[in-house]
Amino acid sequence: MNAAVRIDAYIPVDSSVAADLPVTILERRCGWRVIDLAELWKYRELLGFLAWRDVQVRYKQTVLGAAWAVLQPVATMVVFSVMLGRVAGAADAAIPYPVFVFAGLLPWMFFSGALNAASQSVIGNQNLVTKVYFPRLIIPTAAVAAGVVDFLIASAVLLLLMLVYGVWPGAGLFAAPLIAAGLGIAALGIGTLLCALTVAYRDVRHAIPFFVQLWMFATPAIYLQADAVGPTGRALLLLNPANGFIVNFRAAMLGGAFDLPALAAAVGIGAAMLVVGCLYFRRVEQSFADVI
Amino acid sequence: MNAAIRVDRLSKRYRLGGNGAAYRTLRESLSEGVGGLWRRWRASAIDSHFWALRDVDFTVAPGEVVGVIGRNGAGKSTLLKVLSRITEPTEGRVELRGRLGSLLEIGTGFHPELTGRENVYLSGAILGMTRRDIARRFDDIVAFAGVEAFLDTPVKRYSSGMYVRLAFSVAAHLEPDILLVDEVLAVGDATYQRRCVERMADLARSGRTILFVSHNMDLIPRLCTTGILLEKGRVARVGPAAEVVEKYLTAQLSDGSQEELSVRHRTGDGRARFTRLQFLDGDGQAHAAHVSGEDLCLRVEIDASTAVPDAALAVVIKTLGGARLVSSWTRESGYAVELRPGKQVFDCCFRAIPLRPGQRFAVALWLEAGGVVDSVEDARTLEVIDGPSTREVSTDPQQGAVLCDYQWGQPRAFAEV
Repeated sequence: MNAAVRIDAYIPVDSSVAADLPVTILERRCGWRVIDLAELWKYRELLGFLAWRDVQVRYKQTVLGAAWAVLQPVATMVVFSVMLGRVAGAADAAIPYPVFVFAGLLPWMFFSGALNAASQSVIGNQNLVTKVYFPRLIIPTAAVAAGVVDFLIASAVLLLLMLVYGVWPGAGLFAAPLIAAGLGIAALGIGTLLCALTVAYRDVRHAIPFFVQLWMFATPAIYLQADAVGPTGRALLLLNPANGFIVNFRAAMLGGAFDLPALAAAVGIGAAMLVVGCLYFRRVEQSFADVI
Repeated sequence: MNAAIRVDRLSKRYRLGGNGAAYRTLRESLSEGVGGLWRRWRASAIDSHFWALRDVDFTVAPGEVVGVIGRNGAGKSTLLKVLSRITEPTEGRVELRGRLGSLLEIGTGFHPELTGRENVYLSGAILGMTRRDIARRFDDIVAFAGVEAFLDTPVKRYSSGMYVRLAFSVAAHLEPDILLVDEVLAVGDATYQRRCVERMADLARSGRTILFVSHNMDLIPRLCTTGILLEKGRVARVGPAAEVVEKYLTAQLSDGSQEELSVRHRTGDGRARFTRLQFLDGDGQAHAAHVSGEDLCLRVEIDASTAVPDAALAVVIKTLGGARLVSSWTRESGYAVELRPGKQVFDCCFRAIPLRPGQRFAVALWLEAGGVVDSVEDARTLEVIDGPSTREVSTDPQQGAVLCDYQWGQPRAFAEV
């Protein structure tokens, strides 16, 4: 290298200017730490960019492109309707089973997709984690946010399906986005927890697909009428935030009655998972670059 | 005056060995949880630790350009990682005054599927620019990289040169108060490297503080005002850049006089190791120095722990600054290397190497078989002396390292005027 550059004299900087600059202190911080919301807010643009990147990249070089966001829930809906329609759908139900099951699959796929994406997110972004600083919580959050786009596309299909079957939503429709947001927050909480665990213990990575599959069976709201579950099961289901959100999401979309106790339990557990997930994530995030 | 960077008794410890260095499995952690109490009670520390940095102290004034040097493994990269907040210090404290930008790798955050335009925004945001900053500098960034025509092409279709230029261009338009730069100048062609250096010099002139890690000993004294030499995680010397580089090179030289290579820093999977390097003349006599213009044989001894079939050996003679001058590679000459377990010796003989007397060179050794088996970057220092067959030459280190026979004259038409 023979670059003809020479810095002969360095120009001293006015120290009064330097005095105004913000000071950052780097030290070992032990144990639990709070979630630095101010810092997260400062990096909100990065959150947007990372989510936007995930959306951009997801269907690049695929023939069907964004149609995949529609194809998956629709295909699942068809299989459920053909195989389970007669058993699971109550004969007197006002809502045709395909619409019923689609309104359950839609939030479930958002939830499970967000969970999967968030839990793999830090490992998938290794090159960033080991090369540049930003609040690490941005990574799983962006992964969940990227799932919203698929959810919106599939929601349009639900509305279309409702039109075809002549199902009219009630005033509850306006609550649907809020319920979906609650579901997203629960997914973020659990996803962050799994994400932090995955970095430290790669076992978790193998357990997650299996765990998500089991969870689907444990969420009968997707494919069963509420009265198909016994009283013991119904009590246990309060512990499953996905179930509570999905029951109420469907009620909001298809104009049924809300199950408020289930919603309250889901909100409570979802919020608790968010706090626990984020706190654990914050506790271990400083070792990510060393361990990954 | 307030320091831009104040590093106070900074230490960083890593776990070593077994699974500990990488990630742990859940089973280990669970069994550790149960066995942990028992073990703590017995007070036998099974984990071994490694201090990548130990009690590092220094301050950097605003506007100072600091070169951090040291061998591989001396802690340079760890230092940058701690300063850029990628990893936390184990002990000690760092005070940074101003906005920090770090450039540990070219193209951080680039995604191959996205277009050039999209990547400028993405990687800019990742490096800490706001959308407004990027939009304002977008045209400059693109012009600096010279990729205007390919803005809407995915970067995976870029040539590697275009990719690197665009990636550097984004980073070069970061305008932090403190900039940390790791060895990123080692990639790209000469023109690109010169622009990197110019850009860094610009930043320095505009009063920004730069901390720069490099193995390029020619560059550091030119670019930096101050040098910091790290040795085994500690600060061995701080001072004017040229002086620190000089001391470092001299220390390497005195190290390099031994034939035994067992203690050298190296990389590779370790199936076999270079254990000895001897310099021989054309008659097979061992010498400490090479006579300019004479034949030179390098005799390497390799100790293999297992049979290594289809291996390849390479030796490289470099300037102390790191420029490669002469090399040989068994795959190039078609010589098959099969290692059997145990010690074995190979000779590589060069005909009449014309290196300038009075200068010193470094020899690098490299053994590969499907992957790097052993690589020793500075195996030994080769001293070149004047011999009877060479004519009077200058030994001034400012003169070229390679010495060819030459003659000065004037073309006849001009000579007669």
